[in-house]
Amino acid sequence: MDTMRDRFAPVVSRLLDEDPRVAVVLAEIGMADFEEVRRRHPDRVINVGIREQLLVGAGAGLALTGLRPVVHTFASFLVERPFEQIKLDLGHQGLGAVLVSAAASFDWPAGGYTHMSPGDVAVLDTLDGWTVHVPGHPDEAETLLRHAVAADDDKMYVRLSTQSNDRALPVDGTRFLTVREGRAGVVVAVGPLLGPVLAATEGLDVTVLYATTVRPFDAVTLRHATEGASPDVVLVEPYLAGTSVSAVNDALVDVPHRVLGLGVGRRELRRYGLVEEHVAAHGLDARSLRERIDGFLGVRARV
Amino acid sequence: MTTTTTEHRQEYGHGDRYDRYEALTGLMELMSGDEKHGPAATSTLDALWVLYDRVLRVGPDRADDPGRDRFLLSKGHGPMAYYAVLAAKGFVPVDWLPGFGSYDSPLGHHPDRVLVPGAEIGSGSLGHGLPIAVGTALGLRAQGLHDPRVWVLVGDAELDEGSNHEAIAYAGPAGLDRLHTVVIDNSSASWARPGGIAARFEAAGWSAATVDGRDHEALYAAFTAPHPGLPRVIVAQVEPKDS
Repeated sequence: MDTMRDRFAPVVSRLLDEDPRVAVVLAEIGMADFEEVRRRHPDRVINVGIREQLLVGAGAGLALTGLRPVVHTFASFLVERPFEQIKLDLGHQGLGAVLVSAAASFDWPAGGYTHMSPGDVAVLDTLDGWTVHVPGHPDEAETLLRHAVAADDDKMYVRLSTQSNDRALPVDGTRFLTVREGRAGVVVAVGPLLGPVLAATEGLDVTVLYATTVRPFDAVTLRHATEGASPDVVLVEPYLAGTSVSAVNDALVDVPHRVLGLGVGRRELRRYGLVEEHVAAHGLDARSLRERIDGFLGVRARV
Repeated sequence: MTTTTTEHRQEYGHGDRYDRYEALTGLMELMSGDEKHGPAATSTLDALWVLYDRVLRVGPDRADDPGRDRFLLSKGHGPMAYYAVLAAKGFVPVDWLPGFGSYDSPLGHHPDRVLVPGAEIGSGSLGHGLPIAVGTALGLRAQGLHDPRVWVLVGDAELDEGSNHEAIAYAGPAGLDRLHTVVIDNSSASWARPGGIAARFEAAGWSAATVDGRDHEALYAAFTAPHPGLPRVIVAQVEPKDS
C-alpha cells in the first residue's frame, strides 16, 4: 500500500491544475515529487530552499495576495522551528494556509529525535482557530487534503504519517465516526491508531469513536456517545499523550466523568529502530492498549 | 523644523491640511503629547514620508485594489511616524491619534493590520516583514500582477534576525525585482556587519544604495532608480540611536 505522503504531491498537483488560487511552498523536502507540475505552474510551485522561517512567512505573503498556500515539510521543521511565524504571520495577520506535515511522531525512528514531532498538535493547540486533520489511511489523507485546501482561507493542519489503518473510512473533515457501540465507556481512536484500538477493544463492551479531525474537537458526537455509555473516556492519540484531554473535559464539563489520555510519552525515548518498536515502547500496540483500557474501565467492560 | 508646539495646535484648530511634511511633527505630538520623540519613532519619518508622498501607489480609496503597491512596516516598534503619515494621507482619522496605545484605540505601540486601515501587516516581533514581503512578491507574480511593487521597511538591528537572512538569500537568486527593502540604519545593531549593510545584500544578488535618510531628494532618487532583474535595497542612514 502507498503511504499518505505518496498521495500528497499527486493530489496537490491536481489541485494546482484545477484551482488557480492554489500555490505550494516547499523547503527542499518533497521537491522532487512536484517537478512535473512545477513545469506547468512555475510561479505556483515555490521552493525556498532549506529555510523554514521563510517557508511559513512566504506562505503568509502568498495568502496576503489572495492565494491559497499549501506549505509542506517534516512536522518538526514545519510546526516547531518556525512556530512564531505560524503564530504571527498567519494567526495574528488573520491569514490562512494549509500546513501539511510528514514524518509525524516517529515515522523514521532510525533518523532519531531530530526528525520526530510528537508535540506538533499540542503546540498548535496553543493557537486559536486551527483545524487539525489526522488521517488514518492514504484514502482519508486524500479526502482531508482536498477538504483542507477547499476551506476558504482557514488555517488547516494536515498530519501525514506512514502509520496507517488497513482500510479507509468515509471521513468528512468534521465529525467523529462511531465504529462500535457499547455501554462501559467510550474509546476515541485518532487516525492511524484505530486499527490497534479495534484489536485492543475486541470483545469489550465499549463504544469506539474514530477521530480524523481533532480540532475543532467533535464534542457533540462525544457527548452523544457518553449518553449511551458510561462517561469514562479513553483517548488514544498518535501524538503526545493527553493532547486532547482538555477538549474532552470541555465537552463533558457538566457531566461527572473520567478521562484517560494515551499517546506518545513525553520522555525522549532516545532509540532508533522500527516504527513498530516505538509503537510498543509507547504502549500503543494492541496488547498494551488492551491492558491499559481494561485497567481503566475495569470489569464492567468485559462482556 | 522650527515651528513651535503652540503654532501647530493653532494650525489644527484652523483646519489646515495635514497632507504635508510640516504637519507630521504635530501629528506625532497628538500621540505623545510631547514635542520630543524617541529615536525609534523619528528614524523612519523621512523615508516613510517620501514613500507615501511620492513613490507608493496607494491610497485610502484603493485599499483592496489588487494593483496597489504594498508597503509592509516590519520595524513595528516606535510606529508614531507611521501613524502620522497614515493620518496625513487620510488612511486613519486624525482624531484616532490622541488615543495612541489606549485600550479602545486601534493604534497600539505595535501596529495591527486587522485594526489599522492601510497597514498591510501587523508587526512588532522583528524579522517577519521581509519573509512575508517575499511571499507577497511571489503571490503577485503568480497572479500575473507585474505592476505592483512590494516595499518593506526594516531596522538595521532587525537584520540580525535569521529570518531576514533567509529572505535576503532567497530573493536575490529568485530575481524578485518587484521587492524593495528600506533599511533604516541608526547604528542600533550591537554587532554591525563588517563591510556594511549594503554589501550584505549585494553579496546576495540585490541592487543596493546607501543614502542620507533625512535627505528627501536622495531618498527619492534611490527609491526610484531602476534595478532590472534584481530586488532592491535602500539603506537610509540616520543619526545613531544613542546620539
